[in-house]
Amino acid sequence: MERAIRVLVAKPGLDGHDRGAKVIARALRDAGMEVIYTGLRQTPEQIVQAAIQEDVDVVAMSILSGAHNHLFPKVANLLREEGVDDVLIIGGGVIPDDDIPGLIEAGIEAIFTPGTSTKDVVEYIRNNVKR
Amino acid sequence: MNIEERLLKGDKRACARLITMLENNDPEAIEIIKRLYKHSGNAYVIGITGPPGSGKSTLTDKLTKELRKRDKRVGIIAIDPTSPFTGGAILGDRIRMSDLALDEGVFIRSMGTRGSLGGMSKATWGATKVLDIYGVDYIIIETVGVGQSEVDIVKTADTVLMVMVPHLGDDIQAIKAGVMEIADVFAINKADLDGADKTQLEIEMNLDLNEKSDYRPPVVKVSASRNENIDQLIEKLMEHRNYLEKTGKFSERRKRNTKLEIIKLVEEELMNLIMDKALEENLLESLSEDVLLKNLDPYTARDKVLKLIK
Amino acid sequence: MFDDKKIENIEEAKEKWTDGKVKKVIERFPERKEKFTTGSNIEVDRLYTPADIKDFDYEGKLGFPGEYPFTRGVQPTMYRGRLWTMRQYAGFATAEESNKRYKYLLEQGQTGLSVAFDLPTQIGYDSDHGLSEGEVGKVGVAIDSLKDMEILFDGIPLDKVSTSMTINAPAIVLLAMYIAVAEKQGVSKDKLRGTIQNDILKEYIARGTYIFPPESSMRLITDIFEYCSKEVPKWNTISISGYHIREAGSTAVQEVAFTLANGIAYVEAAIKAGLDVDDFAPRLSFFFNAHNDLLEEVAKYRAARRLWARIMKERFKAKNEKSMMLKFHTQTAGSTLTAQQPDNNIIRVTIQTLAAVLGGTQSLHTNSRDEALALPTEESVRIALRTQQIVAYESGVTETIDPLAGSYYIESLTDKIEEEAMNYIKRIDELGGAPRAIEKGYIQKEIQNAAYKYQMEVESGERIVVGVNKFQIEEEHHKDILKVDPEVERLQRQKLKALRQERDNQLVETKLNELKEAASTDKNLMPYILDAVKTYATLGEICGVLREVFGEYEQSIIL
Repeated sequence: MERAIRVLVAKPGLDGHDRGAKVIARALRDAGMEVIYTGLRQTPEQIVQAAIQEDVDVVAMSILSGAHNHLFPKVANLLREEGVDDVLIIGGGVIPDDDIPGLIEAGIEAIFTPGTSTKDVVEYIRNNVKR
Repeated sequence: MNIEERLLKGDKRACARLITMLENNDPEAIEIIKRLYKHSGNAYVIGITGPPGSGKSTLTDKLTKELRKRDKRVGIIAIDPTSPFTGGAILGDRIRMSDLALDEGVFIRSMGTRGSLGGMSKATWGATKVLDIYGVDYIIIETVGVGQSEVDIVKTADTVLMVMVPHLGDDIQAIKAGVMEIADVFAINKADLDGADKTQLEIEMNLDLNEKSDYRPPVVKVSASRNENIDQLIEKLMEHRNYLEKTGKFSERRKRNTKLEIIKLVEEELMNLIMDKALEENLLESLSEDVLLKNLDPYTARDKVLKLIK
Repeated sequence: MFDDKKIENIEEAKEKWTDGKVKKVIERFPERKEKFTTGSNIEVDRLYTPADIKDFDYEGKLGFPGEYPFTRGVQPTMYRGRLWTMRQYAGFATAEESNKRYKYLLEQGQTGLSVAFDLPTQIGYDSDHGLSEGEVGKVGVAIDSLKDMEILFDGIPLDKVSTSMTINAPAIVLLAMYIAVAEKQGVSKDKLRGTIQNDILKEYIARGTYIFPPESSMRLITDIFEYCSKEVPKWNTISISGYHIREAGSTAVQEVAFTLANGIAYVEAAIKAGLDVDDFAPRLSFFFNAHNDLLEEVAKYRAARRLWARIMKERFKAKNEKSMMLKFHTQTAGSTLTAQQPDNNIIRVTIQTLAAVLGGTQSLHTNSRDEALALPTEESVRIALRTQQIVAYESGVTETIDPLAGSYYIESLTDKIEEEAMNYIKRIDELGGAPRAIEKGYIQKEIQNAAYKYQMEVESGERIVVGVNKFQIEEEHHKDILKVDPEVERLQRQKLKALRQERDNQLVETKLNELKEAASTDKNLMPYILDAVKTYATLGEICGVLREVFGEYEQSIIL
């Protein structure tokens, strides 16, 4: 069976810094994945609806504005409320060490901070997709 | 509830999953479509094609909003190219349809071409059937938009909308050949730019040359980003639908398309059948070697391959 | 500068040296790399000599500080007269807290303020808007109405300070609020000094805090130009920014090219709106990035100054010398800071500070070491400021003007950057100017290609980032970092609710309607917005009215 891993790359909130998100999107494409890129200023609700309609394997979000503690868990909760339990949720951006355990507990399974190699992200996704 | 029942009840996740299964050539999905096929046939399919940068996504967004005003449920299939080297793709059409994401009456699906050449993906046809059964009234297919290879859309769509923009220059020449003929309605997008009238004139002149039926494709000037004239464009699309239905051409067209789809499915399955066997026996390897050494000619090699299934 | 004979001799000697000594050494000890390049991938030779700048025309290319083409600097005495302005960008949760901080800074002898706004303010949403959730007070201060602005500058005499505001899409509204606060203080508009960033084109390209489509945004900008040239003559009406273009991953050449191309677009728009170039051009200012490749950065600033002077003089026929001067603010590069071994960032910032100063900047913000981790702590901010002070008072680079001029390498690199930037500008002209090139995604695509290339070079180890892909250590848990209290968002919403109850809502509506009507004509909107802010109409309401008339920009994806 031909199978491409589908990843939603999203920028929740109002933060406009998308260099990281775009570099990751390209790296995932070059690794053979299908990347659905939703652009800036997405609400958690929009992200969740896109994730469902696109039936993605992974939701990858990036925030540099400091709003991650609010927005990342909200996406995870909404997905859960919709009964989606086979999507890998990951996050990246300027995220303090202290915040990471809380985010992981909220259902964001991996947090990638500045300096992460795109290869590590690719590998993480390949090893951790849920279906 | 299993996925079939859920799809019939209009469950969004079931719809999404089934499309994924089709894209991945999952045999189970094909069985499901076989069983549910009788529930399809209610959705009207509009294909949107046109060169890159002509604003197809924004236009799709605006057309969908107009259809929603008329209380129609809409499914959108947006196709972007898959990289032939890595098999990966960046599917970015949703970006221009952000606020549709929360509309319960809209379902948007992005697809990569995955090796298919006709500006569509192999699973596009299947995806339209899934959306149809899921329960939308209209399906809009937005093709990749790369000139000559766009003609496949005509095999799936009931109405083909060709989007043009002013200042295409030589592109219009390239598009004329073959692709102009498939359009049922023309939209000149970004009509606020200079040169829109000239583009319209060029299209009309082209249509003058090709006039052979009782239906002449209308040309509508719009501005998708400014949301101008979208209602008029919808009217023209509806007029084309009415024309097809009144003249009996609708079922004619669907029959033709179904025939083409059957041929395509047969082709695909035949290829799979042959290639699987040929690869299994390493036949291609040895045959090409023989052809290269002039021990064999390509036609005889072909016959040898075909013998595998005869 | 050199006669032909001497150049010939030098060329010959260099060839001899390359084929002799160098070759012999390389045979035994090969050079570290096959090809050497600058941080932005310009190829770098082993050695530069007079032969690399043989057609060098000193007076045409360099001239003297304070004189055309301003390559050596915009003031005749540069830092011998006055050091650059050390302007640290700061923003805090609420107007009350920021006000306290600004007062403290002014007590310490600082004369310039630099206001950072939170994202909802930058995008024209009130703190109680759905999209503001989680963002209020995070990256700067939240301003919903004139009320907040009054608190922000309470007890700060606006005729005595210069205020820089990092605000773009709704710049006209924030400037109106500033003018209204001044009026209440009894300070007339012609005494106000400061800068608004007001550079919308780079928002579409790189920074992302846009609201309206380009055409309407450009109209707001030219409205500001026109209004200020008459009413607020000391105000810098725009800070044309390459900073964010570079942060998004561009090269140094692209930073210069795209920034100046945007500058050209603003000048053209203002001229088209009927303004005389010398009426507004002296108030244009620029904002550049300082990266780690010290010499390339110095060459970049010099090239930018020369190129802009030529563009203003030759293309726009400016007559006033002030119209030709490229004055710029610099900020060190946030994107070069690493989360790994964060103290190393102090050294990076030092190099970048040197680059900005050797390049002749007018003001500088130095980043704090911990910015790749979170918002900077007070201690980190102090070290960043001290870095500037050490360069200013101890390094000696301030004692003569443009000290690197005449270096064969620097001059040849300055020429190269100018030439390549000009090529980009020509290409953008062919595409119909910066706004069209942005709409087509050309500029974004060029930047993204450079960003991706850079990332791949780091990952392959071709490019070394200390502590990230070489010389790593086991990182310890970083915990001494600053956080914004989530309570701020609730407080701000409460204040807003109270405001909506207290104010004269009838009057608000009247003024908003007048603004709406004016927006669909070509009247200057500044007076209408001033009227509206004075009724305590909120930023969100004012931008909401303009959104209705202008529509909203939709990003086009280019990957």
